[in-house]
Amino acid sequence: MSPHEVDGPECSAVTGVDVDVWCATRTTREPVPAVRAQKLYKLFGRRADEAVRLLEQGADREAVRKLGVTPAVIDASFEVEDGEIFVVMGLSGSGKSTLLRMLNGLLRPTSGEVHIDGTRLTGLSAKALRSLRQQKVSMVFQHFALLPHRTVGENAAYGLEVQRVPKAEREERARKALDLVGLGAWADHLPTQLSGGMRQRVGLARALAAGTDVLLMDEAFSALDPLIRREMQDQLLELQSRLGKTIVFITHDLNEAMRLGDRIAMMRDGRIVQIGTAEEILQDPANDYVAQFVQDVDRSRVLTASAVMEQPVAVVGARSGPRQALRSMREHQVGAAFVVDRERRLLGAVRDDATADALRRGEESLASLLDDHEVVTVSPDTLVADLLTPSAECPVPLAVVDDENRLLGVVPRATLLAALGNGGSAESRGGDVRGEDTRRSASAAPPPESSADLEPSSRGAQLATERSAVTEVDDVEEVKP
Amino acid sequence: MNGQLEIPQIPVGKAFAASVDWLTQNLGFAFDLIGGALGTAVGALADFLAAPVIAGLALVFGLLGLALRGPKVGAVAFAVALGAGYLAAITQVPPSLVLTLAFAVIGLALRGWKFGLFSLVAFGLIDAMGEWQAAMETLALVLVASLVAVILAIPIGIAAGRNDAISRVVRPVLDFLQTMPAFVYLIPAIFVFSVGVVPGVVATVVFSVAPGVRLTELGIRQVDHEVVEAGEAFGASPWKILRGIQLPLALPTIMAGVNQIIMLALSMVVIAGLVGGGGLGSAVYTAISTVDVAAGFEAGLAVVILAVYLDRLTAALTNRSAVVRAQAAASVN
Repeated sequence: MSPHEVDGPECSAVTGVDVDVWCATRTTREPVPAVRAQKLYKLFGRRADEAVRLLEQGADREAVRKLGVTPAVIDASFEVEDGEIFVVMGLSGSGKSTLLRMLNGLLRPTSGEVHIDGTRLTGLSAKALRSLRQQKVSMVFQHFALLPHRTVGENAAYGLEVQRVPKAEREERARKALDLVGLGAWADHLPTQLSGGMRQRVGLARALAAGTDVLLMDEAFSALDPLIRREMQDQLLELQSRLGKTIVFITHDLNEAMRLGDRIAMMRDGRIVQIGTAEEILQDPANDYVAQFVQDVDRSRVLTASAVMEQPVAVVGARSGPRQALRSMREHQVGAAFVVDRERRLLGAVRDDATADALRRGEESLASLLDDHEVVTVSPDTLVADLLTPSAECPVPLAVVDDENRLLGVVPRATLLAALGNGGSAESRGGDVRGEDTRRSASAAPPPESSADLEPSSRGAQLATERSAVTEVDDVEEVKP
Repeated sequence: MNGQLEIPQIPVGKAFAASVDWLTQNLGFAFDLIGGALGTAVGALADFLAAPVIAGLALVFGLLGLALRGPKVGAVAFAVALGAGYLAAITQVPPSLVLTLAFAVIGLALRGWKFGLFSLVAFGLIDAMGEWQAAMETLALVLVASLVAVILAIPIGIAAGRNDAISRVVRPVLDFLQTMPAFVYLIPAIFVFSVGVVPGVVATVVFSVAPGVRLTELGIRQVDHEVVEAGEAFGASPWKILRGIQLPLALPTIMAGVNQIIMLALSMVVIAGLVGGGGLGSAVYTAISTVDVAAGFEAGLAVVILAVYLDRLTAALTNRSAVVRAQAAASVN
C-alpha cells in the first residue's frame, strides 16, 4: 500500500507553520493523541532555564549561545495520532534525536511537557517512568543496540524480560515478533552472525514484542545500505498496515521521510519549521529553507495524482450533442472533452475532429463517439511516477476518478511535466502551454464567467487557476475535486 | 639572617605519621581484625597448597567441571579427583607432585594440551629447584591479596564508570596509589600490622588495586552507549542494566584489570619479602643479602613461572566470556 493513502484527514487542510494554532484546534477535537509534545525545550548548559525564558521572549539562538547554553530543541509542539507514522526530518545537529529522546524520557526536557496516551511523562518518578516505557513506548536504534552476547531470540524477548513476563511466554511472543519480521528461523543465532538489515529487523522485533502502542525509531534505517534501506521501509509500511502502531520516525533522509511519513515535521536548528504531509511540504514549503531542501526530492514518488490534477476543463453531459461539446472545447481551447453522466460518473471522452465529423453527419448524440477514444483513468492516490507511461500513451489528459468512477480532475501531459519540474509553483505551471493535448495556444484567457465560479477550493484547484472552467451544459454541474 | 628568603618548611611527612599514629591508637581493633583475617586466610591457603586436603582438591575440580561443562562433568571430575587423590595418598606420592598434576589439569581444561604440558614442566621445575614451599607461600599471598584487591576494585570501578563525580574523586587517588614508590607502603603497613605476612598483603593490595579500578571504569564506560540506552528505553532498572548489559559487555576489560592486579601483586610480593612476608620474596631477599646469584635466579624464575601461569589462566577465563565468544562467532562467519 502507499503511505499516502493514510493521509490524516484532519490535517490535510493544514499547510502553514503555525503549529500552536493548529494544536489548539486539534485538542478540542481529539482529546487523547498517542503522543503529545507541548512547547518542548532542551538546552544544555548551566543557565538553561534563563535561556528558555529568553527564547520565549523571542531571543534567537545566538543570543542564547552567549550565555554558554547550547539549544538543542526549541519550542517543539506537535501531536501524533493513533496509528500514524510521524516523521521528524532534519540534518545532523537539528535536534531531532534529542527531541525523540524526550518523548520517552531518556532526556528530561528543560521546559515543556510530553504526554503519552494521555499520561504526562514529564515529571514522573524514575520508577513510574520505567513502567510507562515498559507498557507504552519502545524504541528502535540507529546502530541496532542489540546485546551481542545474547541470541536473536533472547534479544527480541528483552523488553518482555524487563516486564517480568514468564520465560515460556516471552519466548513465544519473541518468536512471533521474529516471524513478523521474517527472522523466525534465526532465533538461536547470535546477532553478530546476521547482516545489518537482519540485525535491525531484530531491533524491530524487540520493539514489537514489547507490545507497546508507540514506537520510536531513531534513524533506524540510516546505517543500512540503500537497497536494504528501501526493503526495510517497505517492510515497515507493510507491518504498519497490519499492526497500526503509532510511530515517531527520525531521519535525515528526505526521500525516506516522504516515503514513510503520514506527516512530516521539518526541523532546523532545534526548531520545527513545518509540519505537514509530504505533498504539503513539497507543494507549499513554509520557508526558503524547506523549499531548498525539497527541491531535489524525486517528486514523482511523492506527489500523487490528486496533488497535480486540474479541474476538468471541458466536461459535457451524456445527453448533450456534438454541437455543445464542440462549443465547450472551443471555449476552453482544448482538443477533447470528457463526457459524464448525472452523477458525474465518467463515460468517456470525445475529440474535436471526431465531434466535428459527427456534427457534419448530423448526429444528435455523442454516444457513438465515446468508443473511439479510451480514456485512461487513475485513482487520486496514484503516484505521479506511475502516471508517466499512461500519459505518454494516451492522447487525451488522464482522468482522475474516485472509487465510483466519478470524475475528480484531469492530468494533462504538460501539467505532469510541470509538476515534476523543480519550481513547482502554481503560477509557473498555470502559464505552461498544453502541447498536443490541445493543439492550440494557451495564451488566450478563459471565459470570464466560468473562472469566476471556481475559486480555488483545494490544492488541486490552485494548480489550475488560470484555466479552470467547467462548461455548464444541460445537467452537468460544476465539477470540483 | 643573610637576607636570603627563607622558604617555610611544611612537615607533610610528620602530619602523615601523626595520622597513622592516630589511626593505630583509635582504630587498632579494626586493624587487628583485618590483619587477623588476612593472616589466617594466607596461612590456611598456604597450608592447603603445602599439603592439599584430598576432599578440598576434589571439590575444586568438581566446581571447575561444573562451571565449564555442567553438573554431570562436575560430578565426574569430583569423583575422579577424589579417587586419584586417595590413590596418591595410599601410594605416598609427594603433595608437590599431586599439585603439579592438578595445576597441569587445570591448564589443560582451560586452555588446551600445550598449556597443560607447559604447566606440568614449569611446576615440576619449581619443585626440582627446591623452591616449592616458598612458591606455594607466595601463591597463597598473591591469591589472597588479588582477591581482596578485586573485591575492592570492581565495585569502585563500576561506581566511577557510572558516575562522573565519583570518577573525578577516585582518579587522583588512583594516581597517588600508582605512583607512590611501592616500598613506601611497607612502612605504615608494618607500623599498623607489625612484621609478617599481613603488611605484605596489605601493601600488595594497595599497590595493585589501582589498575583494577581503572580498567573496570574503562570497561563500563566503553560499553556502547546506545545499548545501555536500549536497556533504559525498554524500562530496565539501573541494576538490571548493570547486570544484564554493562557487566557482561565490560567483562573482557574488567578481566584485563584482574589480570593486571595479579601481575602487580606478583611483582610486589618480592618487596613484601622485606617485611617478613615469607615465600619467594624472602628467598630473593636472602639471596641479595648473601650475594647468592644461584639462589636469586632460582627464586626469580619461580616468580616468573607463577606469573606466566596466572596470566595465561586469566586470559583463558576472559576468552570464555559470552561477549568474546560472540565476537569469535562473528569472525568465523
